[in-house]
Amino acid sequence: MTPAIQVTDLTKTFGDLIAVNHISFEIEQGEIFGLLGPNGAGKTTTLSMLATMQRPTSGSGTIQGKDIEKDEDGVRKAIGIVFQDQSLDEELTARENMDFHGRLYRIPPDLRRQRIDDLLRLVELHDRKDDLVKTFSGGMRRRLEIARGLLHHPSVLFLDEPTLGLDPQTRNHLWHYIATLSREKNITIILTTHYMEEADRLCDRIAIIDQGSIIALDTPQNLKDSIGGDIVTVRTSDINAAVQILTGSWIEQVELHHDEVRIHLHNAEQRISDIITLLNQHQIQIHSVSMHKPTLEDVFLAFTGKRIREQEGDKKEMMRRQFKMRRH
Amino acid sequence: MDIIYTIWLRSMKRYIRSKSRIIGSISMPMFFLLFLGFGLNSVVNIPGFGENYIQFLMPGMVAMSVLFTSVFSGIQIIWDKQFGFLKETLVAPVTRMEIMLGQTFGGATTAVIQGILIMVISLALGLKVQSMFGFLIALGFMVIIGISFTAFGIAIASRMEDMTGFQLIMNFVIFPIFGLSGALFPIRSLPDWLSPITRIDPLTYGVEGIRYGLTGASQINPVLCFLVIGGFACGMTVIGAFLFRKISI
Repeated sequence: MTPAIQVTDLTKTFGDLIAVNHISFEIEQGEIFGLLGPNGAGKTTTLSMLATMQRPTSGSGTIQGKDIEKDEDGVRKAIGIVFQDQSLDEELTARENMDFHGRLYRIPPDLRRQRIDDLLRLVELHDRKDDLVKTFSGGMRRRLEIARGLLHHPSVLFLDEPTLGLDPQTRNHLWHYIATLSREKNITIILTTHYMEEADRLCDRIAIIDQGSIIALDTPQNLKDSIGGDIVTVRTSDINAAVQILTGSWIEQVELHHDEVRIHLHNAEQRISDIITLLNQHQIQIHSVSMHKPTLEDVFLAFTGKRIREQEGDKKEMMRRQFKMRRH
Repeated sequence: MDIIYTIWLRSMKRYIRSKSRIIGSISMPMFFLLFLGFGLNSVVNIPGFGENYIQFLMPGMVAMSVLFTSVFSGIQIIWDKQFGFLKETLVAPVTRMEIMLGQTFGGATTAVIQGILIMVISLALGLKVQSMFGFLIALGFMVIIGISFTAFGIAIASRMEDMTGFQLIMNFVIFPIFGLSGALFPIRSLPDWLSPITRIDPLTYGVEGIRYGLTGASQINPVLCFLVIGGFACGMTVIGAFLFRKISI
């Protein structure tokens, strides 16, 4: 079976800036594939190239065997997209937005009507179908966009930051939809996100992308396993001394980050007292000790030496949104 | 064709729902008609119209209404760009030409409807249409003006990032086009140095064409009017389509 998406050495430069740097991956039919990385890592640019919105500087890609440069229309018919920013007409009703889309994709009238009803039921907007979109909440708009993206029965669905700016409850709700979709309709989904939890919960496989390059690609579980067992984080005023004494066969790896020592090890529950005893013996003052199972955040940190910094990203995003709102 | 119709249909739905826009763009030409028309009616004596300035002014106001509505309709693409809706259209398996033509016809249709509304108001104020044929001629010119200036608006919108430049375009491009078109005064009454400028203003030919249709009198041969404004419409559509094709988002 041909892979749903095949990308080889895909590259995009804007002047001196290399937005996407020779990335390659394959996505199987029916898979949920995540591109995880901080803002500006090149996720959206990658998606834009695959969606034929931007031309690659070099490299190639195919979607369902169709070349993204040579067969634009073929690719466009095969994909559905939910953009990062809203792309609905607020002056039209939910049904009219769907209808517009259906006509653009030349779906015959009867079939169009049938599918619009079905999909609006699927995303639980059927009772609001004749209301103007400007009366909809953020979560409803997102659901409508997903329904619209599915109207022409694409075999691949692109979701660019599908839950950006939504409240946790709505986000959970949407995750549920996306997972159900992929299961029931066997649609291949490629999504970008900078939410660790989203990638972890939804994706079969994840490509961690930073500064235009893929730095790791595997299942969430394998990625977490790859950095080795559990993590104990010790905050102390003398990290260098701490590193010196924290040796032993049970310690897999020790990393330094600012005033923290991160110790990778197995069975942290049993070993944590050893660590504290060891540090106390050498009179190293401990500010705090914490222990957790590895998350994708830890994976990202281990591979890039920095945090994805969700918080900062969110703040910037919020400011950008507010700015946009004011301009309207 | 079905894609062009789809885009056109959306324009129509949006137009019908924007009551404030409909009323807003009627008000200006209507007030011009009332204030200038009645105010200057007995003062101004135009050859061929006698002391009936308001009759002279009416076709000009119809043209004004079409002009402003169509430019505005074209420029609205900027909003689609900002609200993200343009992306949805551009990523569909349709050509940019179809999208552009749909927008153009949509804008032209709303502009012609606005023009007809002014015509209806003019009828109430005493406009006497010469014949059904004359009315159709006027309507034809309105359609051509509408297409020209919607395409013009799309061309401008394709190069603009946001609405900040809108006022500038209105004041320094559209208003002079309107002012020098002979909508308010007969072009022959202008001083010699200004008269050539009105001759290169494409709207002059549109206004004269409508005036010929509605009142039966014009200062420029209506066939020449048709050729010039028709050519301008074709030219603007080509330029608009070319610039729209180059939009990247």
